[in-house]
Amino acid sequence: MFDINGLTKRYGNVVAVDGVSFRAGEGEAIGLLGPNGAGKTTTVSMIAGLLRPDAGEVLIAGRPLCGDTDPIKREIGLVTQDIALVDDLSALDNLLFFAALYDLDRPAARRAAADALDLVGLADRARHKVRTFSGGMKRRLNLAAALLHDPRILLLDEPTVGVDPQSRNAIFDNLETLKRRGKTLLYTTHYMEEAERLCDRVVIIDHGKVIANDTLQGLYRLLPASNLLSIELEDREGRVDLEQLRALPPVKTVEFADGALRVGVSDLAAATPFVLQWLVDHGHRYRHAVTERADLETVFLSLTGRTLRDR
Amino acid sequence: MTRAFIALVSKDLKLFFTDRRAVVLSLVAPIAIGSFFGYIFNGAGDRTEIGRVRRAQATVAVELPTRFGADAAGAFFGGGARKKAEVRLLYDPSRATEASMVQGILVGHVMQSVSKEMFTGPTGRAAIGDALIQLERDTTMRPDERGALQDLLHGAGRWNDTSRAAGSSGAGGGLTIPFDVKKEAMTSRRGVPYNGYAHSFAGMGVQFVLFMAIEMGLGLLLQQRDGLWRRLRAAPVSRGVLLGARSVSTALQSLFILFFMFLFARVVFGVRVDGSLAGFIGIAVAFSLMTASFGLLIAGLGRTPEGTRALSIVATLVLVMLGGAWVPTFVFPQWLQKLTVVVPTRWAIDGLDATTWRGLGFSSVAWPIVFLLGAAVICGSLAVARFRWDAD
Repeated sequence: MFDINGLTKRYGNVVAVDGVSFRAGEGEAIGLLGPNGAGKTTTVSMIAGLLRPDAGEVLIAGRPLCGDTDPIKREIGLVTQDIALVDDLSALDNLLFFAALYDLDRPAARRAAADALDLVGLADRARHKVRTFSGGMKRRLNLAAALLHDPRILLLDEPTVGVDPQSRNAIFDNLETLKRRGKTLLYTTHYMEEAERLCDRVVIIDHGKVIANDTLQGLYRLLPASNLLSIELEDREGRVDLEQLRALPPVKTVEFADGALRVGVSDLAAATPFVLQWLVDHGHRYRHAVTERADLETVFLSLTGRTLRDR
Repeated sequence: MTRAFIALVSKDLKLFFTDRRAVVLSLVAPIAIGSFFGYIFNGAGDRTEIGRVRRAQATVAVELPTRFGADAAGAFFGGGARKKAEVRLLYDPSRATEASMVQGILVGHVMQSVSKEMFTGPTGRAAIGDALIQLERDTTMRPDERGALQDLLHGAGRWNDTSRAAGSSGAGGGLTIPFDVKKEAMTSRRGVPYNGYAHSFAGMGVQFVLFMAIEMGLGLLLQQRDGLWRRLRAAPVSRGVLLGARSVSTALQSLFILFFMFLFARVVFGVRVDGSLAGFIGIAVAFSLMTASFGLLIAGLGRTPEGTRALSIVATLVLVMLGGAWVPTFVFPQWLQKLTVVVPTRWAIDGLDATTWRGLGFSSVAWPIVFLLGAAVICGSLAVARFRWDAD
């Protein structure tokens, strides 16, 4: 549905986006992941035609976006990171206003606004001023405003920032509905769990460069171990022979820190009793053990050596 | 594109008119200040208090020396050799104009009184007798000249006697100014007095409409920081439509303020469009468009709303000051009057003055309209050229 090739944007000496390339097929949900300042919003701005790239190109349905009034813009719906609504207008008036920007006539705009309000669950608040809405309701209306002209591509720039878990869940239900309807989604976030819930494929971006671009399964395969076994030992000094433990067949990685062993394994069911028995056999007592599934956070950590949210 | 343009303009107007506080302030403030200035310039201030001697409440005081009458008469008949009596005119420095008027009135009255004394009083009679004796004694004068002068003096003496016998001690007699002056401002029609409210409402209307332009410019700068601007830019709408719609909505709001102010002035203060109505509307429309372009220019040149606000307020105040919004340009010194013909606000205020209290026709405002539209085009072009679209 869209391709971006070698997209680059500079601000003075700072390269905000550095040769970014990826594509999204029809009905595909792509997660664009990266820490704050990685270049996600700049990339989305260039795809939406808000920023002119210094190099590279954006192809929407196979053709480049040319100028402000290019009709191809109708294929794109932008959900901005900041709430893009007029506070002193009602929800319905906001939607009718945005519909007019896409040249929808009055009856079509009213139908589209009613459908969008239904989708985001705000039909009963249509006549209320946006100023009276909660943050979560504004976020849902912000999404509705991008759907009026029935775009095939939805660019979602961190659409759940600052909302409560209930509203976030509601927004995700809406997005899953849209995905089922065949919309192509580009979802930028630094919340790994959001990308894992929604996206078929994930592009990880850091310092303006793409450092990974794969399906979730493909990304997990980049990890040496897909599961982690954390074991807190009674002997906090940890006189465990780590080399011997690492040599066991189901074990992929071993670390010891703060009195806890972190053992990376692939087959959790088979490896867990094996590792615990090995510890007992070698005279180590443990307080408790927990298992964790490797996630995108682990992938990012593995690829960059840094965590996503601590930056 | 038309639908988008109309939607953008409608949205701005809806936001303006639904914000009751903004509407009330936009209308009440210029009307209140315009009424104040109109009251001041309409000559409705306190009467000038004139006293014979210096008094606390007097703004102009006249101090006459003792024996003023005798000294003045002596000086009148005795020529330049006699010492003149001195009259002191004391005035509040802020009332210098009134002091000059009092001086003129005083001179007229004294001259009338002294000349009356000459023709009807004992001093004049004695002076005629002395002159006749001197003529009799003068042997150098030709007889025909002496005869003519004697006839004249005898005639004056007879008129003196007749006036005295008739008891004409009150009005009449003496030299008076041989004409009356009727002061009348050059307004639209004879008999129509100057209405200071017409100018003050024009001035304050221009000032507050320019303030609205500042708000529009700053609003655009602020909007570039939020998501709404990104969403507008993401729509298939040209930059011309985005900025043009904002200009038109601002111009319509400006027109509304100007027309409402003059409607108020018409109803309450009797301000009329005595000249060309088309010219009045033309000036109002052209100035509103220029104002909108000025707002765009603020947005185009400004970097941040915070830094731009103070600068644009100062620029606006200078524009309205030099344009004659506070005091009419006809009270400016000549050099300043010539200098300020390049100030767009002056074209607007002069144009509104021309079509209201001056009662002039369309031809008198045609050039100001052209200049205002030209300024609108220049400001708008500069604004579009300097506007930062990639403000990400």
